[in-house]
Amino acid sequence: MTEKKVLLDVQDLVLHFRTTRGPVQAVDEVNLDLGYNDAVVIIGESGCGKSSLAKAILRLLPRNVQTYKGTVNIGGSDIMKLGDEEFRRNVRWVKISMVPQAAMNALNPVLRVGDQVAEPSIIHSGLDKKEAMRQALKMFDLVGVPQDFAPRYAFELSGGMRQRAAIAMSLVTTPELIILDEPTSALDVLTQANIFNVLKRIKQELGVSYILITHDISTSSELADRVAVMYAGQIVEVGSAADFFPAPLHPYSQKLMASVPRLRTDIEPEFIVGQPPSLLNPPTGCRFAARCPQRFDRCAEEPPTYDRGGGRKVKCWLYA
Amino acid sequence: MSVEEKIEATPAQAEAKQNGALLSIQDLHVWYELRRFGFGLAGYVRAVDGVTFDLGYGEAIAVVGESGCGKSSLMKTILGLVKPTKGDVVFEGQSVSALRSKEMRWYRSNVGYIQQDPYGALAPFMSVQGILSEPLIINGIRDRVERNERIHKVLEEVKMHPVGDFIPKFPHMLSGGQQQRVVIARSMILEPRMLVADEPVSMLDASVRVEILRLLRGLQESHHLAVIYITHDLSTVRYFSERIFVMYAGQMVEKAPVDTLLNRAAHPYTHALMEATSDPDAANALKFRDVPPGEPPSLVQPPSGCRFHPRCPHMIKDLCDVERPPEFEPEPRHQVACWLLR
Repeated sequence: MTEKKVLLDVQDLVLHFRTTRGPVQAVDEVNLDLGYNDAVVIIGESGCGKSSLAKAILRLLPRNVQTYKGTVNIGGSDIMKLGDEEFRRNVRWVKISMVPQAAMNALNPVLRVGDQVAEPSIIHSGLDKKEAMRQALKMFDLVGVPQDFAPRYAFELSGGMRQRAAIAMSLVTTPELIILDEPTSALDVLTQANIFNVLKRIKQELGVSYILITHDISTSSELADRVAVMYAGQIVEVGSAADFFPAPLHPYSQKLMASVPRLRTDIEPEFIVGQPPSLLNPPTGCRFAARCPQRFDRCAEEPPTYDRGGGRKVKCWLYA
Repeated sequence: MSVEEKIEATPAQAEAKQNGALLSIQDLHVWYELRRFGFGLAGYVRAVDGVTFDLGYGEAIAVVGESGCGKSSLMKTILGLVKPTKGDVVFEGQSVSALRSKEMRWYRSNVGYIQQDPYGALAPFMSVQGILSEPLIINGIRDRVERNERIHKVLEEVKMHPVGDFIPKFPHMLSGGQQQRVVIARSMILEPRMLVADEPVSMLDASVRVEILRLLRGLQESHHLAVIYITHDLSTVRYFSERIFVMYAGQMVEKAPVDTLLNRAAHPYTHALMEATSDPDAANALKFRDVPPGEPPSLVQPPSGCRFHPRCPHMIKDLCDVERPPEFEPEPRHQVACWLLR
């Protein structure tokens, strides 16, 4: 793959939440970069901090944040330095938008779907109402929602149509980066395949970039140019899809890949013994060590991230 | 039914296997009435429309279909929670819809139910001990010592080690996988002969999913249980069941043994489901999936003829849209309701 210009560069991003039982280290020194018209998939199990990472990038934070630091460069400027109001006006939905998890509940039940999809262009692009609606209908065409659905309410739409409307809403201000947080986890397989077709077409036609957050390795391969595996708040492996899917490097990625039930090959899937550590008090050293079949003495210390060339990085002592 | 009687029933079970089916679903129709402002019939939701199959002793089957295809209504009817509009559910020669309350208790102690969302299925104010005691108390096991013994035994079986640590815990103290184990333990504690598992792993993480499926498979084999595994995920069925039934819009469109279905699926809808199921492969990102557009039809006014015809790429005009296809049998034990096989 040719070297791409960098659209998003996240460095040492930290997000810790304050709780009564101590800080929860949801995102811990995460590094991630993304080119133009590129798609990176963040794979991880529930509670690994993948949704928190999305929220940290978009700065959609709850009140109990204890630590929030690092740099997030988009198109060359560090958006972490911006004030909240400036961030809202110039970054959110202008440069980065998001399709939230469970689009069912993400739509406002008392607003017509068309008005909701048009709203970001009124607020962020300064269009008037008519112009914004025209833009919204254009997006409806793109994602495959019939235009006469615009005056309907969310409850009148099926799950797949609601998800398409949420995608339309993320596109309407023509951002360069869209964060998709489990966009199809509540949908049926045929609807899911149709939505992925829509996302692929949008990527080709509009040249947007995606960060796809998912726990499902099989469907993640539908969109991935590159893959990042997250475990207990840290990214443990990054690589191109072509490298990663046939042969993951990190023992956790390997185990996760082995746990995927497959339709087309008759391999008995395995499971990972034990549970992910609590992010309240993550173990020192490698966080996967307790469940790792290949652990050795050195795993008591935290491994650095080794660069294996070709954009492939892995945080494991085995590759020292 | 007391414990002694149930133990006696066990050898008969093996014998009865030769004689036929444990559960027999005969031309089952489940229609829900639609009422206009509470008065007057506005029509029916035809959730299950003419489903027939037999389940043998100790056999595991999977019912695969999308949401709204009627698989949950089918399950509820099998559990006796919904009365069939037409047709019958017959368990060991007894019609389930005709059971009275006492016989219903016998039936329910013979049929375990594993819910989809373990956290929603467990009462948050009850400990594991309380959750597992309740079915025993209801079924007349008054002796506390015996109850505790059975709770220990069933928790061993679902591999909650060490058992003693888990017994006083409340559901919120358990991980998703452990909660699902408690749900399975509850379904197993009355030593049923059949389990109905409604998407038992869809809420769990990938690494735990296989563990739970393997546990269920182990229980099915060691206890010679009949299992109905309801799922939307074709990729998990091959590790679990012997036969697969594919359901679309309230009807069974294809029934076949697992290997036959995965290698020689005949119905266009089954093909579409398989096409839409991905395996982890970097090549997936480079191609578009050839899946039919649109969504499953409304069950209030389902399409005439074959219910898949509006979305089907092989639709035969004036046949598929007019007449409901009968079941064709391209090979033994493989039934397909599709005109392409005429």
